[in-house]
Amino acid sequence: MSTISRRDFLKSAAAATAASAVGMSVPTEVEAKANTAEGGWRWDKAVCRFCGTGCGIMVATKNGKIVAVKGDPAAPVNRGLNCIKGYFNAKIMYGADRLTTPLLRMNNKGEFDKHGKFAPVSWKRAFDEMETHIRRALKEGGPEAIAVFGSGQYTIMEGYAAAKMMKAGFRSNAIDPNARHCMASAVVGFFQTFGIDEPSGCYDDIEITDTIVTWGANMAEMHPILWARVTDRKLSDPERVKVVNISTYRHRCSDLADIEIIFRPGSDLAMWNYLAREIVYNHPEVIDWDFVKKHTVFATGFVETGYGMRMPDEARALGYSGKELETIKEEANHTVSEREAAGLSPLGYKAGDNMKMVHRGHALGHWGISFEEFKKGLEPYTLDYVASVAKGDPDESIEVFKGKLEALRDLYIDKSRGMVSFWTMGMNQHYRGSWVNEQSYMVHFLLGKQAKPGQGAFSLTGQPSACGTAREVGTFTHRLPADMLVKIPKHRKISEKIWKLPSGTINPVGTQHMVKIHRQIEDGKIKFAWVNVCNAFQDTANANHWIKAAREKDVFIVTSDGYPGISAKVSDLVLPSAMIYEKWGAYGNAERRTQHWRQQVLPVGDAMSDTWQWIELSKRFTVKDLWGEAPIANGKKKLPNVIGKAKAMGYDENTTMFEILFANDYFRSFKADDPIAAGFDDTETNGDSRNVLGSDGKPWKGYGFFIHKALWEEYRKFGIGHGHDLADFDTYHRVRGLRWPVVNGKDTPWRYNVKYDPYARKHAKPGEQFAFYGPALKTIKRGNLKRIDPKLGKLHLPNRAKIFFRPYMDPTEQPDNEYDVWLCTGRVIEHWHSGTMTMRVPELFRAMPEALCYMNPEYAKSKGLKDGDLVWVESRRGRVKAHIETRGRNRPPKGLVFIPWFDERVFINKVCLDHTCPMSKQTDYKKCAVKIYKA
Amino acid sequence: MEQSKRKVDSALKKPKVTERRRFLTIMAQSIGLSALGGIIWTGYVEEAKSAPLTLRPPGALAEDDFLRTCIKCGQCAEACPYDTLIMAKPGDRKPMGTPYFIPRDIPCYMCTDIPCVPVCPTGALDEDSVSSIVDGKKSLDINKAKMGIAIVDHDSCIAFWGIQCDACYRACPILGDAISIEFIRNERTGKHAKLVPVVHSDHCTGCGLCEHACVTEKAAIFVLPREVGMGKPGDYYVKGWSKKDQERVKERNLNELKTKTERSEKKPQDYLNMDEELFQ
Repeated sequence: MSTISRRDFLKSAAAATAASAVGMSVPTEVEAKANTAEGGWRWDKAVCRFCGTGCGIMVATKNGKIVAVKGDPAAPVNRGLNCIKGYFNAKIMYGADRLTTPLLRMNNKGEFDKHGKFAPVSWKRAFDEMETHIRRALKEGGPEAIAVFGSGQYTIMEGYAAAKMMKAGFRSNAIDPNARHCMASAVVGFFQTFGIDEPSGCYDDIEITDTIVTWGANMAEMHPILWARVTDRKLSDPERVKVVNISTYRHRCSDLADIEIIFRPGSDLAMWNYLAREIVYNHPEVIDWDFVKKHTVFATGFVETGYGMRMPDEARALGYSGKELETIKEEANHTVSEREAAGLSPLGYKAGDNMKMVHRGHALGHWGISFEEFKKGLEPYTLDYVASVAKGDPDESIEVFKGKLEALRDLYIDKSRGMVSFWTMGMNQHYRGSWVNEQSYMVHFLLGKQAKPGQGAFSLTGQPSACGTAREVGTFTHRLPADMLVKIPKHRKISEKIWKLPSGTINPVGTQHMVKIHRQIEDGKIKFAWVNVCNAFQDTANANHWIKAAREKDVFIVTSDGYPGISAKVSDLVLPSAMIYEKWGAYGNAERRTQHWRQQVLPVGDAMSDTWQWIELSKRFTVKDLWGEAPIANGKKKLPNVIGKAKAMGYDENTTMFEILFANDYFRSFKADDPIAAGFDDTETNGDSRNVLGSDGKPWKGYGFFIHKALWEEYRKFGIGHGHDLADFDTYHRVRGLRWPVVNGKDTPWRYNVKYDPYARKHAKPGEQFAFYGPALKTIKRGNLKRIDPKLGKLHLPNRAKIFFRPYMDPTEQPDNEYDVWLCTGRVIEHWHSGTMTMRVPELFRAMPEALCYMNPEYAKSKGLKDGDLVWVESRRGRVKAHIETRGRNRPPKGLVFIPWFDERVFINKVCLDHTCPMSKQTDYKKCAVKIYKA
Repeated sequence: MEQSKRKVDSALKKPKVTERRRFLTIMAQSIGLSALGGIIWTGYVEEAKSAPLTLRPPGALAEDDFLRTCIKCGQCAEACPYDTLIMAKPGDRKPMGTPYFIPRDIPCYMCTDIPCVPVCPTGALDEDSVSSIVDGKKSLDINKAKMGIAIVDHDSCIAFWGIQCDACYRACPILGDAISIEFIRNERTGKHAKLVPVVHSDHCTGCGLCEHACVTEKAAIFVLPREVGMGKPGDYYVKGWSKKDQERVKERNLNELKTKTERSEKKPQDYLNMDEELFQ
């Protein structure tokens, strides 16, 4: 073999250098260096735009543009680090196709036309159209005909403004965030178990624990900075620290894991019960009876609750196909399978029984049971049964799989071990997601491994402010700020008082969750829908129905976004939104840490923030427009006329919602010249040098008062004194985030534990270490495993949490002879959600340009397919084309494929099934049946 | 979505496939013809000087042999479903008419059926070198390809800064073998680990999917021909802790057992008889 002489190589290298020097713009580099040296950069604190980890970043601006970011070395979450997406925060606002002006579908006469093409219009025209269509919707369908697809990526102030205008102004509860798709099951788990939302622990658990189990959480890709912390913990004591990865397919968390458990989709329900059964039957000595007896009660609930789909009759009437109905029929009647029969036997079911879904309407119903009943429920979940249900890799022997389950049990029941169970979408996007969340607490409570440093079941949130905005502000259909609910009269009263509304203004019916909003557009019930900070038409399963309804039904759809995506494409009006660092904001992460930032730069083009869009809309509607009598609940109920009461409060018929909700005396008391804002832009408060022509056609000059601070300070009134205390606005601009409740300036790392949580100290009995003081659902009925027994009376459980028994049930749709493969969808590290931002960053696009169909190579071969082949992935609902990847990061077992959803060209949600957890209404994106064949 | 896998990105910048194909074919034919006619282009010599940095298709013979054997027919490039292979044209600074690829533009996607190799009419792309014997039968095995070696520039690789990247690792078709992730504690933060990529030359095929995926402005991981990118430890020492390592030296050439330095270049008696300087 000829080796190249060193001289030859040097020569060519020199030539290459010379050649490249010609092409390279060296002067630019020199210039860049000179600029830095000039010190013309302003660095200020902000938060990463992407996931729920909540990494702190620093943003550098120069001449009104963001020039660079760096991880914030002072941020406790990430200590100056970022992941591959966070690395590109400086680029996400500067994609070539930013929306810079409102766009309306029009005919050639310049009139709105549902079948017209998009053309630029002024902000004034945009608001005129919105006003017209909202008025029409109100007239035809009442408040519930106006809907909002909200977001876990709203800033806290945006979400608060949107929720306030919807719930107080329009009296519509048809606002629901994409967080519904993301962590609604976790929320139900928290409410049912603790009576209050959000995790008890914090990220510090990672450094303190010595066992970390991921249940349906690909942290290596979805929470990379937390995974770096898990990895470091493992390295700190490799022998002692154990990591277990539990998933339906192999992903990169297995690189670090001591044990990898590949399970059959849905059988996590059975595995948790195996752990509980082992504890209760075979290792009762590990039960922390002192904890269990003092701080918990046992409970269970209905199983005949359906799968969150439409009812078969309803679907048939709407023209759903026969194929679709094959799955939808389960919603009414389910035949108990051999697989689930044993697990359901304590409830009296056997294989072949018809399970009528009679409790669809009250899936949340639950009641107290005795420990003996609880124990009876667990009886069938033996190692043999659970292994037969749960083994997910056909190539793994049952004995090996059993050995893994036993090893998992040994880690949980080891009293000397700290134990943290993490989960994300695997457990939340689940046809029984609320159950499986409850089950995690079941095991941790039995062991007394919860609400202590290094101990706890911990729900990792996907979105940057799913906690901070969607949950804490309450941009859900059923919620109000600070964990309050629209259906509870006292909660409405508190809200009406803070919002200065006539009593009776707030609508008590809150059932229009995200999937239902899509369905009601298809039903023709919703006439106006507004998409905020999400991509509702790409991110919802069974998308063929929703995109078709958007275009064909009598509905006016508005999308506010930074970039054009699927939702904008199916809209009638598109509004250009200011993006993350183009506005003041705050996010709340998965460990209850609230973090604020200032507006760093002016928005691109004529883009304006969603806060501004909502407040400008409020100027268009008055007391007489919105506060008269109105039909709700499909016309079955009425909202009272509150105009008289409004007048008694000093409003008149023509007072605008702007004056009542956003420009009242309290709001105006926040001065525009606040020192916190000195030297920074504030487009909403002061206008800006762009002089964008606003909603009235005149140059925008600002509200004249510090709107962001006003929104924040009013919002935090809801939580103070109720375990949701947030600090004042100014404090957050000094610190690197605080974990609520923030009492006397101190944050709370672990809740319910008297050592760390002032509220636990307040509620706990003398000498006790814990108080599960969450106020919700603390009076329940009693019964046995099968039903409520009215004779037993009620159970009051102040300061107690619940340990639920929940059985295993089969997934809604499972592979059969025709649709023979499981489809699981999710994310990849390179892209955020539907890719509207990250697909515009060239480096991220290059790293992951296309959504691939990850498939087992042997399985591909058995189907006559090979790596790189283009295939159809087809379900009963729709099909998409994708290329097969049999190598690389994700390694599914035979019979399962994984296809991420970021790529609108591989529109996988056309294929997915819109089944949800019946309790949380969160879609299960992880399980449906497809067939795959060559395209 | 009608295009072949991952072509979406390159399609944005490159001419359309059909157009490019036609050009390729014409180029290849004309060059092939001229080569067959025994005409040596004056340009050829100049272009050939850049050859050391040229990445060849899977199964390519050693560069000198490859240049002697390749008839520049372009059939390998025609067979490539991803438009990875380019036939060198004037100005490419490659031996004219020969196939090569630039991974940062379009990497080799490591097709399991290696369509570019069996079509080679001369054996310049050697099927045996990319085949394994499975159950007594020869079958193509792209994992045996040795197109180049990926090199990581630790200073510009953001994973070495502590950024959670791994784009190269995740893009690697034989991840875990060709690129693995090494965990290093981040002493600065005290609670994060760095997950850094490490390339293993015995598995790396040089496909360049890592270089293509790298998110830094200029790739911090890049493929070089193996002769350029790899060292050679020498064949006089065997790792005592590795049974496999002896294979590395089993071809040792016994004729080269002697070594020579400035100190040993003289014959013993010549050295011994030169004593003038010693007594000066």
